[in-house]
Amino acid sequence: MERTVIEMKKITIEFPGVRALDQVDFKTETGVSHALIGANGAGKSTLMKVLAGAYSHYTGDIFINGEKVAIRSPKDAQDLGIQIVYQEVDTALIPYLSVAENIMLNETVSDLGKKQFVDWKHIYRRAKEVLDSIHVNLSPKKLVSELSLSQKQMILIARAISRDCKLLVLDEPTAPLSLTETDELFRIVRDLISRNVGVVFISHRLPELFDNCDEITIMKNGKFVIKEQIADTHVNQVVEHMLGQKLGDQFPDRVANIGELSLQVDNLNDQESVNGVTLHTKKGEIVGIAGLVGAGKTEFCKALFGESKKVEGKITLNGKTLKLKSPYDAVKEGMALVPEERRKEGVLVEETVTVNFSVASMNNFLKVFSFLDFKSEALKAQEMIRKLDVKTPSEKTIVENLSGGNQQKIAIGKWLVADAQVYIFDEPTKGVDVGAKKDIFKLITELADKGKSVIYASSELAEIMGISDRIYVMYDGKIVKEVMKKETDEEMLLLYSTGGGASE
Amino acid sequence: MSKTNTSVAKTEFDFFDFLYRYGTLILIVVLIVFFALMNPNFLSTGNIINILRAISIVTIIAVGITISLSVNGFDLSVGSVASLSNAVVISMFVWYQQPALIAISAGILAALAVGAFNAFMIVKVKIPDLLMTLATMFIIQGVALTYTRGATISQNMIMSDGTYAEGQITPFFATLGQVPWIIIIMAVTVLVVHIFLTYTKHGRYMYVIGGNKEAARLSGIPVNKYKVAAYLLSATFAAIGGMILASRVMTAEINAGGPYLMDAVAAAFIGFAVLGAGKPNAFGTFIGAVLIGILANGLIMMSVPYYAMDIVKGTVLALALALTYYKNK
Repeated sequence: MERTVIEMKKITIEFPGVRALDQVDFKTETGVSHALIGANGAGKSTLMKVLAGAYSHYTGDIFINGEKVAIRSPKDAQDLGIQIVYQEVDTALIPYLSVAENIMLNETVSDLGKKQFVDWKHIYRRAKEVLDSIHVNLSPKKLVSELSLSQKQMILIARAISRDCKLLVLDEPTAPLSLTETDELFRIVRDLISRNVGVVFISHRLPELFDNCDEITIMKNGKFVIKEQIADTHVNQVVEHMLGQKLGDQFPDRVANIGELSLQVDNLNDQESVNGVTLHTKKGEIVGIAGLVGAGKTEFCKALFGESKKVEGKITLNGKTLKLKSPYDAVKEGMALVPEERRKEGVLVEETVTVNFSVASMNNFLKVFSFLDFKSEALKAQEMIRKLDVKTPSEKTIVENLSGGNQQKIAIGKWLVADAQVYIFDEPTKGVDVGAKKDIFKLITELADKGKSVIYASSELAEIMGISDRIYVMYDGKIVKEVMKKETDEEMLLLYSTGGGASE
Repeated sequence: MSKTNTSVAKTEFDFFDFLYRYGTLILIVVLIVFFALMNPNFLSTGNIINILRAISIVTIIAVGITISLSVNGFDLSVGSVASLSNAVVISMFVWYQQPALIAISAGILAALAVGAFNAFMIVKVKIPDLLMTLATMFIIQGVALTYTRGATISQNMIMSDGTYAEGQITPFFATLGQVPWIIIIMAVTVLVVHIFLTYTKHGRYMYVIGGNKEAARLSGIPVNKYKVAAYLLSATFAAIGGMILASRVMTAEINAGGPYLMDAVAAAFIGFAVLGAGKPNAFGTFIGAVLIGILANGLIMMSVPYYAMDIVKGTVLALALALTYYKNK
């Protein structure tokens, strides 16, 4: 079989404020499965989006078999046989249409031309052929809304190969899949490889890449690091290449003053993404939960905070067993959560700074008969603005108008006003600028110094290393490692986060 | 040249903001001047009381809708609930010869049952509120009709066994629908709910829930409890409206509360923009009802036929919605 070589040279792309890709080279060919990996923010997805024509403002060149091609729109890429399946499968599917209609969507939308009527026989026959060709046993007449996540992925893969497909890019396809579903996916990938299709695989899970891929390209901070044959490298070596620069003195110096046991979680399970997590925190301690995107950290934080249904397991705080049916109960018991989705869950974007600061502890700002004490509320807000150095014109400003970092300070600040016992932070530095990051780290260490327990969940391993006293590593909904900060390093955390090191 | 352009753009923007904040009030003043010029009787004390009396039932029902809107819900069943309470309270007097206290309690209880049903289906079964309360609207309309056996309940009506109904509506209940009480009840309702929504913890929670349910829940607010409370309150005010109507006309006619739904919805939505509140509020709702009341009264005085009235009301609602949503764009 004749192989087609796809090559990207010196690709650079900038977004307001960041250079997401900096002179990146990438080369792969058909009939090969190629792993593309790097830590969060390394630029893997951006690079593949460039290849798929999602951006038009990059610089650099793309070659197919040595011939320069112009890819500036998704159609350009598709016409060249480059197809991509994004992680968010639901955005690409129409739930109330059938499997066949979804697979044949491109054809019905763009290839009908002047024809006004759809040839249903052709649609269903062709969809069945495509599904059969990758040995997926699904009825083409089924509605997509009835399918599981992994089946939806299959539909997207089927759609991609229903047209001329030389290179198929899969962006973190396995993150939400179970083990058997992952195996099924790799079976299809191997099928495609044998038919001389090239597959690029973006994933955080190293073991599966080592089992299934031929080549690997590693990126770091928007730059190309190295391209190797999988057979010539090793998990530890890959981890070394992936690691970013140290954050250095972003983190305040502190001597942890760790007290007695505060929170004990036994075998917490949400029947979905959290599979039996056991951990504990002590007073004055910052406990890091390291894990990659999709490891179940967010779900764990929510389950702990009473936000998930069907939670099993035992939560004990200061010797008292808690029954948390909702966040309302959790807050009453002295827990606080700074959620990952700041604008959606952390702050009230349409309300003022004052309302945001007081919302979690309204009872402190009341007069008789639940009447609001506007004065003390405003004074508290002014005090918090000064204390947290929130950049806002006044306490009456609508939070929507503030920057991400300042919004996050408010999302944290409302729990300082509420004075909780256990503080849970879920990716608190996501989308926060460097200055505000430093302030947030300072806030968190101050909480610990006051004897509070802090749980700090993040996929930024450098941050986990910088701020935690003790670290749990989460992988696939389970705690796979518990380690003291001084006994570990980023490399080891990444190894465990990617499912490695289990046999040791 | 470009300078002129920007300054024009700026005034236009300010003008729009001004319109958003004060448009309703200005429109009311303009309408008053216009109707007064067309017919001097428009500003007579008698007519002003007429207008206030005419809007009181709409206002009370609309205040209920306002509460459901404050948690970002919507209650379309209020018209039917008003009909139901209307039928229940009159039947308690006429059929069962009950005292006012029991009759009124029965009217409220019937409404609370509907509110609880709405709340359960919306909060627990998670049916979108607009659709659920639309269903409830039909169900309760039917329940009220079935309860009255499709007939008007009135004093001395002929019962199915051929005798005359012996019960009488008590004089106390009969005064509730008369001036000044009907207007006082409306004023107190508006005032109490305005204070509740603006100055108490519960009102604050409701607006927070209405703005962002997820963030509210994760801040430790018992979101479901407040949503349930909102639907119960909405039904309660619909019941009060329905019973005041009963007191005013002293009968329970078929689907008596139905026509109040659209007026009340319009009043609540017009109220969004009043004084730039940008959210459902009881005072604004009252102003909205005043606007509709003045329009209806003035147009009738100008001999516009009653059957054309909905065209005007609907247009005003569309304008109010346009103002609110254009602003939010």
